Amino acid sequence: MLIFEHSKPGRRAQAQAPDTAAGVSDLPPELLRDDTPPLPEVSEMQVVRHYTRLSQKNFSIDTHFYPLGSCTMKYNPRACNTLAMLPGFLARHPLAPAPAGQGFLACLYELQEMLKEVTGMQAVSLTPAAGAQGEFAGVAMIRAYHRAQGDSGRTEILVPDAAHGTNPATATMCGYTVREIPTDDQGDVDLEALKAAVGPQTAGLMLTNPSTLGVFERRIDAIARTVHEAGGLLYYDGANLNAILGKVRPGDMGFDVIHMNLHKTFSTPHGGGGPGAGPVGVSERLEPFLPVPLVGFDGDEYHWITGKTRPQTIGRLSAFMGNAGVLLRAWVYARLLGREGMHRVAEYATLNANYLMKRLAEAGFDLAFPDRRATHEFIVTLKRQQKELGVTAMDFAKRLLDYGYHAPTTYFPLLVPECLLIEPTETEAREELDGFVEAMTNILREAEENAELLHEAPHSLPVRRLDEVRAARELDLRWNEK
Amino acid sequence: MPFIPHTEAEVREMLDAIGVAGIEDLFDEIPDHLRCGELAGVPDGLTEQAVTRLMHERAAKDGQPLCFIGAGAYEHHIPAVVWEITTRGEFYSAYTPYQAEASQGTLQLIYEFQSMITALTAMEVANASLYDGASALAEAVLMAVRANRKSKSRRILMPRTVHPDYRRTVQTLVAAQGIELVEIDYDREGGHTDPARLQDFAGADITALVVPQPNFFGVLEEVDALTDWAHANGALVIGVVNPVAMALLKPPGRWGGKGADIVVGEGQPLGVPLSSGGPYFGFMCCRQALVRQMPGRLVGRTVDRDGRSGYTLTLQAREQHIRRSKATSNICTNQGLLVTAATIHMALLGGEGLRRVAAACHANTRALVDKLGSEHIRPLFSRPFFHEAVLHSALPLERLLRPLYAHNLQPGYVLKDDYPELGEALLVCATETKTEADLELYRDHLARMIDRQVSAGCPVQPKMA
Repeated sequence: MLIFEHSKPGRRAQAQAPDTAAGVSDLPPELLRDDTPPLPEVSEMQVVRHYTRLSQKNFSIDTHFYPLGSCTMKYNPRACNTLAMLPGFLARHPLAPAPAGQGFLACLYELQEMLKEVTGMQAVSLTPAAGAQGEFAGVAMIRAYHRAQGDSGRTEILVPDAAHGTNPATATMCGYTVREIPTDDQGDVDLEALKAAVGPQTAGLMLTNPSTLGVFERRIDAIARTVHEAGGLLYYDGANLNAILGKVRPGDMGFDVIHMNLHKTFSTPHGGGGPGAGPVGVSERLEPFLPVPLVGFDGDEYHWITGKTRPQTIGRLSAFMGNAGVLLRAWVYARLLGREGMHRVAEYATLNANYLMKRLAEAGFDLAFPDRRATHEFIVTLKRQQKELGVTAMDFAKRLLDYGYHAPTTYFPLLVPECLLIEPTETEAREELDGFVEAMTNILREAEENAELLHEAPHSLPVRRLDEVRAARELDLRWNEK
Repeated sequence: MPFIPHTEAEVREMLDAIGVAGIEDLFDEIPDHLRCGELAGVPDGLTEQAVTRLMHERAAKDGQPLCFIGAGAYEHHIPAVVWEITTRGEFYSAYTPYQAEASQGTLQLIYEFQSMITALTAMEVANASLYDGASALAEAVLMAVRANRKSKSRRILMPRTVHPDYRRTVQTLVAAQGIELVEIDYDREGGHTDPARLQDFAGADITALVVPQPNFFGVLEEVDALTDWAHANGALVIGVVNPVAMALLKPPGRWGGKGADIVVGEGQPLGVPLSSGGPYFGFMCCRQALVRQMPGRLVGRTVDRDGRSGYTLTLQAREQHIRRSKATSNICTNQGLLVTAATIHMALLGGEGLRRVAAACHANTRALVDKLGSEHIRPLFSRPFFHEAVLHSALPLERLLRPLYAHNLQPGYVLKDDYPELGEALLVCATETKTEADLELYRDHLARMIDRQVSAGCPVQPKMA
């Protein structure tokens, strides 16, 4: 039932709005609305019950193992939320002067400093609202840099074929054409193809390392050299930073510009699809182009750094400073972990992934890259099962839901047929991983004995498989009383 | 080790199962010379108790001032229910609803959100949200360029009455795509965009006209005339609206003869705290005919195999994970948690509640303007306003206002940097959260400062031309 269907004319949550309606007779009638907006008319308790029940129809980290590859669904510590929502932080207006926000600005400045340290970059801007906006900022800085060098011939961004869709979409938004670089059979970038592709038209290469194939790009030195020698810059997509936190830093690998996904590596909530936060870090030569505002510290007071003192900035990315509350959560997380805890993140994420990979291989599943170490994630391909048993990765994914596990990422990366991209994260206990292996093993047996069970899955959720074709053909995007 | 559940014995067993001697062996594909050191710049870890203490100190330092700043972010009462429910783990710690069957809560909520936003704006379609109002405007500009196939100019008319930081954001985000943003100056008397001024562009190829309502000065624009002018000249209309104002003002779907084509706005006033500027959310609506040009997520209602109603992401072929370099935008998330809050907020307020809030904001700001007005302070613009107004001071604002901060009062937003031609101009806002006593406190403090300045012989500046 929709909230609209609980509605009764004249019902209200009376405690929540002024008792009386102030007059607006001073406003010209032609500018006024002639009806009351048709929002639901419901009581406070109806609202509480309706949305509590809706929440119960979700899988979430707090309720389920959620091994969604490339999304880093680790535990979101509750303290991060509680402390970011202290009244003093919530009440602060974004345009309040800096002296009236020293507590908030101190957290942001310290976060900038910590992110610089863990990524090995020269400077960090926290303002991008999400990973994709961080990517935009990064590629816009590459563009601004080349232009400042008087080099307008660089019109092309290189992207490995395994990359996230945001990479090519971002390059397009920044006015670049995109050239894809193939991947070799071990999951590494095809170095010869890269060498053949670079040239005076190359603005940069966008690379995720470890890649979306769940393996570390071993020839990163050679890749960096190839791109730099051609005059291009190297962009690091921080989607998989969790795999290397405290082990190897993008700055040390030769990257010129990076974005981080704080909702992954720094455990801020995914919130049903956002908000994220996508800070960018740069090497020295790109620092003048960072998006504003930044937070500065003169040894005594924290202050905003804006376009006034950064004439070469690519500009601002939102009306205010970005997803401030998310940044506070990331700061709390970083302080709880500390230096030692940061090193542990990659270690245990990698331990869990390699353990799960090994156990699934033993259970009869095919790995996309059996000769490689898993990083924080790995890929199982169900190509053989699809051929022999007629069951797909989607069938497995839906059946897993019946077993109480959120499905891994399916059909991404596009290079591996019938793939499941599995990322357990460091916060899962071994028994949870063992339970997942058991479920996968059971599903494989079901596929052999009664494939229908998989095709028809899920069986135990609020709805069964949805008709997506109909959803797109007969668009129904809002409630209508009729 | 915070948040890592492994016992030593388990680690040993897991390593044995993998067939390596130690955790370090799992990183043997990373070249040795690239391995980093100990991250000396990151401080030692703290217990939750210690971090809590530190954060309480910092939050207390920022205080809870009496705030009369608006300028794109507005303090409203937020029912306790809103964030109680929003931060339930099932909403808070879920991700993008790609597995629809396991995400019906989030999906139905977004469908309800889309329904509520279209109800407020009287538009046909709303998406699942964008980052904030300013970036939503940038996306609307890009969408208009795709959607207005008759226009070849990629030229957008952008009134100076649009929030200055929205204009800057649009500039950043569309700069690389050959789009021309033409600024339209405002009427100095009314504080609005005079439709007559657009006649300079009659007959020219214009892709879209941006129409803010209310505008950055709080002033109400002549939306009908602006909309009709744009349509008569082959341009699309992009409305930028305050969602609370929509409970009171003519919604963009009904502007002029045909209504606006694309509508965006900052969703923060719908249940999202000020919190230093984010996370907020941008909303975006359009006519049904333009839906395939829309960026961002959309949720549709459909049926499952048993014919039961259910919800799923739809028209995903517009998006980056399918279309890659040909996508409508690179956006990959929406502001899901904020949409959750806003949906619950709108359900609690209802149309009537929201209308009362809007009316109370208007009445309070009118009362504030009356109270602050004096021989030295007067309202600058003649046109009607919603819940913000520009005041002009005959005395230098800096000296008048600075002492007010010491009284924990934030008097408004000074316009000098963005509109130097207005001189000593201050944008003030009094939402429904302000009481009579709050307004009087502001008046009394300000009066005292004015007296102090005048008696100190501070030169009184002439009225701005």
